This record gives sequence, structure tokens and C-alpha cells, in this order.
Amino acid sequence: MGSSMDTEKSAENEMKLEFDSRSCNEGFARVAVSAFMTQLNPTLEEVADVKTALSEAVTNAIIHGYEGRVEKIVIRCRIVEQTILVEVEDHGVGIADVAKAMEPLFTTKEDCERAGMGFSFMEAFMDTVQVDSAPGKGTRVTMTKKILHTENRYER
Amino acid sequence: MEDFKVSGSSLTIHLPAEVDHHNAEELKNTADRLMQENNVRCIIFDFEKTVFMDSSGIGMIMGRYKNLRFMGGVVMAVRVNERMRRILTMSGIYKVMDIYEDIPFELK
Ligand SMILES: Nc1ncnc2c1ncn2[C@@H]1O[C@H](COP(=O)(O)OP(=O)(O)OP(=O)(O)O)[C@@H](O)[C@H]1O
Ligand SMILES: [Mg+2]
Repeated sequence: MGSSMDTEKSAENEMKLEFDSRSCNEGFARVAVSAFMTQLNPTLEEVADVKTALSEAVTNAIIHGYEGRVEKIVIRCRIVEQTILVEVEDHGVGIADVAKAMEPLFTTKEDCERAGMGFSFMEAFMDTVQVDSAPGKGTRVTMTKKILHTENRYER
Repeated sequence: MEDFKVSGSSLTIHLPAEVDHHNAEELKNTADRLMQENNVRCIIFDFEKTVFMDSSGIGMIMGRYKNLRFMGGVVMAVRVNERMRRILTMSGIYKVMDIYEDIPFELK
């Protein structure tokens, strides 16, 4: 157990996932990313944090990026030491003013009962959130979180 | 178990394990239909089974609250675990709804 775990822990590990922008894939994306991150021995809380942030980014790609059209969403995950990086990319409409979009309660879809909380949740649950976007080209959200796994370990 | 239960003018919604964009849409549609048909004045969101909710769930609850508010209705959340309480608190929604860890006495 001990020694082979230690060598794996310091290695880098990557995965990439491409799927249709259908809402039924949101749950699948959360399960895939949380399964990938179990190698970091995260707490249940840390898994829930990453799942929530990921869900926000994927939902945004579906409803804002592609506005309901079925196209491709790409998720990339990388583990470096104790940090997980999660990237969610769409090639949809893009965001003209990223700073404005990231303000709490800001939404362009109020009529669809959006709360404007997505980016706030991403920022609250991850250590860093970076948004690269260009109108007409698409959006890439890059988030990182250091997994400290102190207590309440995820059962494997 | 039934996911939606109407009793008098109260509607109880037993939320699924995960409340995301995908199933929030369906919950919205069914809830709104039942609210119209039954003259609902109170919505109880039961979080007993719920372990995951994101901003789509917040939007769904907020939307139901807005529909009820005009008629002097109320919304509440029951059997809320620590994680869900945190999500509800961060969203500010606790300002308009009561949140309980269990089922409050008057509902039993
Ligand atoms: N992938 C994306 N493509 C295009 N626009 C986006 C994308 N992600 C976010 N936006 C824009 O940023 C705004 C804010 O996003 P945020 O997730 O914070 O709130 P929301 O999605 O509108 O509401 P909620 O997440 O609470 O349901 C959106 O309303 C939208 O205009
Ligand atoms: Mg959003």
C-alpha cells in the first residue's frame, strides 16, 4: 500500500473527455471527474466542491455557450502533485465582457430563472478560476484546487 | 415514494439525489402544473435524498418562490444536510425561506 502509493502521488496524470452538449451528460461529466480525482485521496467535501464547480461550467457551456444546440464540450483534467486542474471548453457564442459576467448575480438569462450564481460558486469552491473567452469563438474556464485531504477520506 | 405530494394547499417536493440543470427543468414543469391545479400556497422542498445541488437548483427554488410570493405564499426547505445548507446560504436564498435540518413539528 504505502510505497507504491507514494510514487504515484508525485506523478502527473491527465485525462480528456469530449461529449455532446446535452443536459443528460452533466451527471456523467461530474461522475467522470470525481472518479478521476479519487487518486488524490480527497475528502467528500473536496469532491463535492469540484463537482459543483464543474457542473456550473458545463451547464454554462450548454445553456449560454451553445444556447441549446448540440455541439461538443471538452473537459481536460490534470493532476500535478496535490493539485487538480479542470478545464471546460466550448466553441459557442463566447463572452464579450468576462469581468461583468463573473459578477455575483449577473445573468443574461433572467427569464430562464438563472440565479447568476454559477461563477460565484466556481470561485467559492475552487482555489483559482480563469476565464478565456472571445465573442463568436467560445469560452474556456480553467480552475484549480489543491487537495489537502485532511479527514473524512473518500472510501475506495 | 411519490416525488410530489399535494395536501390541502401545500405541495411537498421530494427532491432527487442530484438537483442540476438537467432535472431542475422537469421539476419546474411538474411543480408549476401542480401549483396551478391545486391552488398551492406553500411549497416544502424535501432534501432528504439530496446530496448535490448547483445554481440551477437555486434558480428552480427562487423561481417557485417568485410565483408564490404574489399570493402571499411561502417556501421552506426541510431535511437539509450541511452541504446543502451551505449552498442555500451562499445563494442568499435563506433570506426568503426557512431552512430546517429535520421536519418541523407543525408539518409532522
Ligand atoms: N460558456 C459560456 N458561453 C457564453 N456565455 C457564458 C458562458 N458562461 C457564462 N456565460 C455568461 O456569463 C453569465 C454569468 O454566468 P453564471 O454562471 O455566473 O450565471 P448564469 O449561468 O446566468 O446563472 P446560474 O449559473 O446561476 O444558473 C451568463 O448569464 C452568461 O451570459
Ligand atoms: Mg451558470
